[in-house]
Amino acid sequence: MNGAHETGFFEMKAPFNLLWLQSAGCGGCTMSLLCSGGRELTAALEAVGVRILWHPSLSEESGAEVQRILEQCARGELAVDALCVEGALLRGPRGTGRFHRHAGSTRPMMDWVKEIAQAARYTLAVGSCAAWGGVAAAGENVTDACGLQFEGDQPGGLLGAGWKSRGGLPVINIAGCPCHPDWITETLTALALGVFGQKDLDTLNRPRFFADHLVHHGCTRNEYYEFKASAHKPSDLGCLMENMGCKGTQAHADCNIRLWNGNGSCARGGAPCISCTEPGFEEPGHPFHETPKLAGIPIGLPTDMPKAWFVALAALSKSATPKRVRDNAVADHQVVVPPVKKTGLK
Amino acid sequence: MTRLVVGPFNRVEGDLEVTLEVKDGRIIEAWAGSPLYRGFEQILRGKHPMDALMFAPRICGICSVSQSMAAAAALADAMGLAPAPNGRITRNLAHAVENVADHFTHFYLFFMPDFARAEYTGRSWHARATERFRAVHGSAAGAILPARTAFLSAMATLVGKWPHSLAIQPGGVARALEASEKIRLFALLRDFRRHVETVLFNDALEAVAALDSDAALARWAADKPRGDFGAFLEIAEDLQLDKLGRGVGRFMSYGNYPQEKSQFLRDGVWDGQLHALDAQAIAEDISHAWLEGETRHPAQGVTRPQDEKAAGYTWCKAPRLAGLPMETGALARQVVNGHPLARDLVAGNGKSGGGNVKSRVVARLLEIAVILPEMEQWVQQLAPGEPFCTQGEMPREAAGAGRVEAARGSLGHWITVEGGRIANYQIVSPTTWNFSPRDSGGTPGPLEQALVGTPAGEGNVAVQHVVRSFDPCMVCTVH
Repeated sequence: MNGAHETGFFEMKAPFNLLWLQSAGCGGCTMSLLCSGGRELTAALEAVGVRILWHPSLSEESGAEVQRILEQCARGELAVDALCVEGALLRGPRGTGRFHRHAGSTRPMMDWVKEIAQAARYTLAVGSCAAWGGVAAAGENVTDACGLQFEGDQPGGLLGAGWKSRGGLPVINIAGCPCHPDWITETLTALALGVFGQKDLDTLNRPRFFADHLVHHGCTRNEYYEFKASAHKPSDLGCLMENMGCKGTQAHADCNIRLWNGNGSCARGGAPCISCTEPGFEEPGHPFHETPKLAGIPIGLPTDMPKAWFVALAALSKSATPKRVRDNAVADHQVVVPPVKKTGLK
Repeated sequence: MTRLVVGPFNRVEGDLEVTLEVKDGRIIEAWAGSPLYRGFEQILRGKHPMDALMFAPRICGICSVSQSMAAAAALADAMGLAPAPNGRITRNLAHAVENVADHFTHFYLFFMPDFARAEYTGRSWHARATERFRAVHGSAAGAILPARTAFLSAMATLVGKWPHSLAIQPGGVARALEASEKIRLFALLRDFRRHVETVLFNDALEAVAALDSDAALARWAADKPRGDFGAFLEIAEDLQLDKLGRGVGRFMSYGNYPQEKSQFLRDGVWDGQLHALDAQAIAEDISHAWLEGETRHPAQGVTRPQDEKAAGYTWCKAPRLAGLPMETGALARQVVNGHPLARDLVAGNGKSGGGNVKSRVVARLLEIAVILPEMEQWVQQLAPGEPFCTQGEMPREAAGAGRVEAARGSLGHWITVEGGRIANYQIVSPTTWNFSPRDSGGTPGPLEQALVGTPAGEGNVAVQHVVRSFDPCMVCTVH
């Protein structure tokens, strides 16, 4: 079982109130969310009981009206079932939080988040910035950015390692840069239906329904991977792992099963997986477009495969590579197509 | 005289507050504040030059392809690399999909919901506007999202995904399109055209693009119901939105969508006359930003936060062209490119004219009508089997600039490479221009000027219209 609940019946406690706050992010997770399926997003959420109290890109209220909503949420006068936070929390400069002061007030955003998280039933980190710090924490992390409950891969962050929400869960880390719209809507739906618990989270508190897969699963470049027929330059059709920096065999996400914007993914777009659902992905210690190697062998091999076996199999499969796969791997379109056999498949 | 601090502004991308000095119910002075600093220009220093392709789109979730395009152009400039024709066309398509989707999103999700507000109860159009445009629950708010999603699915084919694609490269794109994908893209574009022609214009795109004056626009709108654009024009007339949010009257465009020898939309500056754009005359003033340093051209720009600077009221720098603030965006692009309707809207013809709330919104929708048919042509120019990406090496010492047009205006990246690493990276975004603070001469930025004279106070949402008419993107602004 991938963490799905064994008990069959859903409990819809409508309304399940959603408050969405943005801090140091790019808004990309919201933009991704708005690409959710071919449906009317807010109506679809309401159909499973999720009601939007306020969302910065969607709601009518502005200015003082927003300050009032936040105050009511913090005091518990407006029940918040899910607090979604998008963007990293900025503690700098010098612990003041002044790198992100909430517009229209003198208050740092991190203080609002801390306060409302205490009142909310569940708190969700939407995207890798809110989960781990992410891109906002890259370089020397001049803004002292952190995630809600992690700082990179170290538990802690803004709310602290042992923190649990009133609903008894740690911060739910819907990681990704950005995260897939379904990861957000399906987590919210499961929470609203009362069928989401600790066992639905992996060890980094990511929902297991997407984090128990690897980006490699469903990759259309799998035949090239099998034969280690590798791309050498952008637009080559071959596997992106050996030379082009792809981390799909290690990164936890179902990008190539679920697909993006209908039928895409990074690898399908010819781009390496940069493992954007993993803490610390923003500082890999090597250029994103290059695979770091030791004695000609990529360092980042599949996580649970003995290295010696990998090397032995790679050598074997390279020598068994069909000309079609070898030639196509370094071309930007198929130069040799699969042969049609007159005898049919046996 | 009263001082108001207004914020946060929702339905803008990112964080904004404005401080207003109000006298007799009207704004006499305004200060635009960007209260979020993330530090991309500091983050990029010391990184491998190609890492800009990963970081740049993450400056902004709504104009991520524009950021990728500017980064790829800056890198290509530094490498002395020209993109493969197929790559150029594919990038143009991805960029245009984003820009058109942004205009569409801005109109329906960000701008129009304000007319459903209770403050307008009693206006002849209020009930209809509420049914159609009310935030979250209006009939348009729900219905346009599936159309937007279907349109953005073109990104999966073009560059893998949206937002945040790594497929956009200095030499083109990392993915070659197949013949069947040309057909898929063409069909997607036609489907979105059908939606826009039916719901937004109730007319052919070509007919909208051919409107050549404000009078022609008025005749067109009076002829028969004109969908959601018509609804806007009716409201604009009633509320006199052409008299609201008058801009600085100087428009700048970097030009966009490179073709074989030129750009589909030309670059330039318009102040009643067309001037060539001198990119060397760009400088960023930081006198009123919480930053240290001095006014510099972005190629030599520095970004060092100083949160205790007394004169500061924003994290945003103040870009100026030859010392002057510029308005940038769809209106500026169409004015510079010479579209007769856009030129007429800023000329005024006896009415108030200039950049204003109405002309900014009209220009955005006009641009949808101008660009979509062109995209259908571009798709057909793709030649599967020919290269989509040229390859090149980044010299260890190099410098480059990339200038493109995001939906909301002119976006520039400037890179310096030393010893094979990024020594300096500067980003000047559209809203950095439009929502810039005062410069050292005390001249306010375009929004700060546009707000002067606007009615303000309890129960008045005019400020909201003026702010949103620029389609601000605050995450880009400071980055």
